[in-house]
Amino acid sequence: MDFKSKLLNDAVEQMSILPGIGKRTALRLVLHLLDQKNEDVIKFSNAFIKLKEHLNFCEECFHITENIKCDICSNSSRNEEVVCVVQDIRDLLAIETTEQFYGRYHVLGGIISPMEGIGPNDLNIKALEDRLKTNKIKELILALPATMEGDTTNFYLFRKLQDYNIKFTMISRGIGIGNQLEYIDEITLGKSLLDRTEYKSNYQH
Amino acid sequence: MFISELSLVNFKNINQAEFSFSPSVNCFLGNNGQGKTNLLDAIYYLSYTKSFFNSIDSQNVNFNENFFVIQGKIEENDSIFDLYCGMKKAEKKVFRKNKKVYKKLADHIGVFPVVMITPYDINLILEGSDTRRKFLDGLISQFNKQYLADLLSYNKLLKQRNAMLKDMRFQKSYDLLEVYEASMDEKARLIHKVRKDFIEEFTPLFNQFYRDISSNLEHVDLLYDTDLNDHTLSELFQLNRSKDEKLGYTSAGIHREDLVFSIEGNPIKKFGSQGQQKTYLIALKLAKYEFIRQQKKVSPVLLLDDIFDKLDDNRVGYILDLISLNKVGQCFITDTSTTKVPSVLSDFNVSFNQFEIISGTVKS
Ligand SMILES: [Zn+2]
Repeated sequence: MDFKSKLLNDAVEQMSILPGIGKRTALRLVLHLLDQKNEDVIKFSNAFIKLKEHLNFCEECFHITENIKCDICSNSSRNEEVVCVVQDIRDLLAIETTEQFYGRYHVLGGIISPMEGIGPNDLNIKALEDRLKTNKIKELILALPATMEGDTTNFYLFRKLQDYNIKFTMISRGIGIGNQLEYIDEITLGKSLLDRTEYKSNYQH
Repeated sequence: MFISELSLVNFKNINQAEFSFSPSVNCFLGNNGQGKTNLLDAIYYLSYTKSFFNSIDSQNVNFNENFFVIQGKIEENDSIFDLYCGMKKAEKKVFRKNKKVYKKLADHIGVFPVVMITPYDINLILEGSDTRRKFLDGLISQFNKQYLADLLSYNKLLKQRNAMLKDMRFQKSYDLLEVYEASMDEKARLIHKVRKDFIEEFTPLFNQFYRDISSNLEHVDLLYDTDLNDHTLSELFQLNRSKDEKLGYTSAGIHREDLVFSIEGNPIKKFGSQGQQKTYLIALKLAKYEFIRQQKKVSPVLLLDDIFDKLDDNRVGYILDLISLNKVGQCFITDTSTTKVPSVLSDFNVSFNQFEIISGTVKS
């Protein structure tokens, strides 16, 4: 699609980078912005510039933070012996809203799926191992999606990290626990954390 | 179990049609290309949630339209249930039982069992192992849900392992490769055992049908071609690793297994006459029918596509005997002649409903 204006073309191009936004929708959104007052558009774009300039990933757990360490990692009342491994920040936030978990997190940044080109090196697995080397962690709670990819990632982590002297547990996968933690209601999710069971690989022959 | 009512909208060449069926024999009669076989396929859809002939749902929508609907009423003793299959182009197919949408189509498999006998069955002999595995898996899935689930998991894991073998970035990532291999090994053990047990149970049934249909005494067999009798899948992965890395895919496993159709110890594809091949296939399908009947304690619906034209009198006579002796439940027969099948059925004292099909419309 050519919109007969380089500026408009560029703006649509940039907008359509967003996931789920096609060219048509991008054009609608860009034209909407064009209709707004100058100061509003500046406010809008500054929000993203500031976000990117000031928000980093926690060097410990890869949660978002404006500092080097996130609020959770720098909160000394949170139990550093228990670490919950999650796929992404959305799942971390879902568990936080349950107010049932007082340990720390580790955000993997995805799950293993060679079909999508995602291998262990693309995830924050090395950093997790480094954390285990400090000998402070006693339990890893695996809270990854209940899919084949989630199972594979659990199994991979278990095999890779089983020589450290830690306990591996899994959130319970009762009825109603779907693939994405963020869609599970707080009470069910909180309960599945409390009811967590020891991780057992099916594949030990 | 039988289908008492069927209604179609925009399915293949049929714009709109409604039927009430006899619980015993129903005939769809008319020239080729009028839509007889499409009617069998519609009934097949209600059983397998897909077409026998064309697995791309959108291509089964009438040429000028953008959706199709197949609805059927199924009766079994005192219980009645409604089935609905709706497909709108560019949308997901919807399949319902009693107005309740299936979350997974696989959950419907086995609810309304149907067996089709068609000239296209010859593909089971002519085509690659894939076609025979589908036959095997489709049949076992009718009564073993866990098998189907294990098979789907295995295939997903296989795709991931193949993706690793194809992608340079995953070269020598043996720690991850072994994770997939251990998981596949576990599924393969389960699948292998079910396949092996099934074939052991199924083969005598098949042999009996072959003997009954064939007037000759030739020996036929149905063999399970597998490497997993002597090795675990993990061992095979070890043996084939460098080969697999070169090929970029997985060369051994559940997904490469085959059924060997043989006559006098030789492959029937090369060494069987046309007549022997046809007998073999009918025996195979009737054994499938009987196996489902024994497992599920209901008679599947039998769909006979164009067999009167394509088979000789002996084989047709055998099937007519089964029908007239009430050894099969409801059955549907297509034929090009409007008089031949009705007169043969009358000779056998079989009562039937007949429908004349002309360019996608019906005359009762
Ligand atoms: Zn942190």
